[in-house]
Amino acid sequence: MNKRDFIAIGVVVLLSVLGFVFFALKGSGGQTVKISVGARVYGTYPLSENRELKIKTDAGYNLVEIKNGRVFVKDADCKDKSCVKQGEISGGSIVCLPHKLVVEVTGEGDFDAVAR
Amino acid sequence: MAKRISVIAVFTALALIFSYIEAIIPFNLGVPGVKLGIANIVVVCALYIFGVKEAAGISLIRVFVIGLLFGNAVSLIYSLSGAVLSIAVMIICKRLKLSVIGVSAMGGIFHNVGQLSAAALILNSSAVMYYYPVLFISGIVTGIIIGIVSLPIIKNSEKLRS
Ligand SMILES: [Zn+2]
Repeated sequence: MNKRDFIAIGVVVLLSVLGFVFFALKGSGGQTVKISVGARVYGTYPLSENRELKIKTDAGYNLVEIKNGRVFVKDADCKDKSCVKQGEISGGSIVCLPHKLVVEVTGEGDFDAVAR
Repeated sequence: MAKRISVIAVFTALALIFSYIEAIIPFNLGVPGVKLGIANIVVVCALYIFGVKEAAGISLIRVFVIGLLFGNAVSLIYSLSGAVLSIAVMIICKRLKLSVIGVSAMGGIFHNVGQLSAAALILNSSAVMYYYPVLFISGIVTGIIIGIVSLPIIKNSEKLRS
């Protein structure tokens, strides 16, 4: 290995650390939305970022929307539509029993669940 | 010339075999499609022995053949993102006169960076970026190992080149 190797790898490591610290700081401190289907965690998302999630499972389909610090099930093809009727939440959880879908708002930026 | 083409063909076949081995013995880090990338030994060697076009060609053929055999559209996007970014970075680093090990380490890092970025886009979740430190370190380590393995092959490749 030569000097250039260490410079190149060093630059990339430095940029990565900076980027990661920035990302971690930005990501933490807010509430997060944890979506799970059955025992499986589908994903964890910050409540502060607006997004739409189309969740298709064998059981069916749910459209979850995170908007302005609130989360709700916008649409679903389950029979009772009770998940849609549960409306907007910024704490607690929304459950769609037929699809085994749970949308949970938790206080901490706990992304560990995703890693499992 | 005919010999050169057949050696390149053998290299491509080797890359496929390495990928096959990896497909049947998966090293799963939790993000689908993220692997060690031992087939990169062939790509790194090809880059030094034959050149940019050949290395990129072998890498892309490998991704598409393995994608068709073992993967689906999503895993193909993961592999393609990793392979393209990795080879592009390795070509740049070679031009910048990094050593074989340095080029390979950078390739290893950006192989994982490419796959992870694709995963973040496909899963529509920035949360996968929490894999970044693990994959970054594994990219450097595997890249260095691949470089160390490739070095003697490249040094003894005079016969292959002619
Ligand atoms: Zn429902």
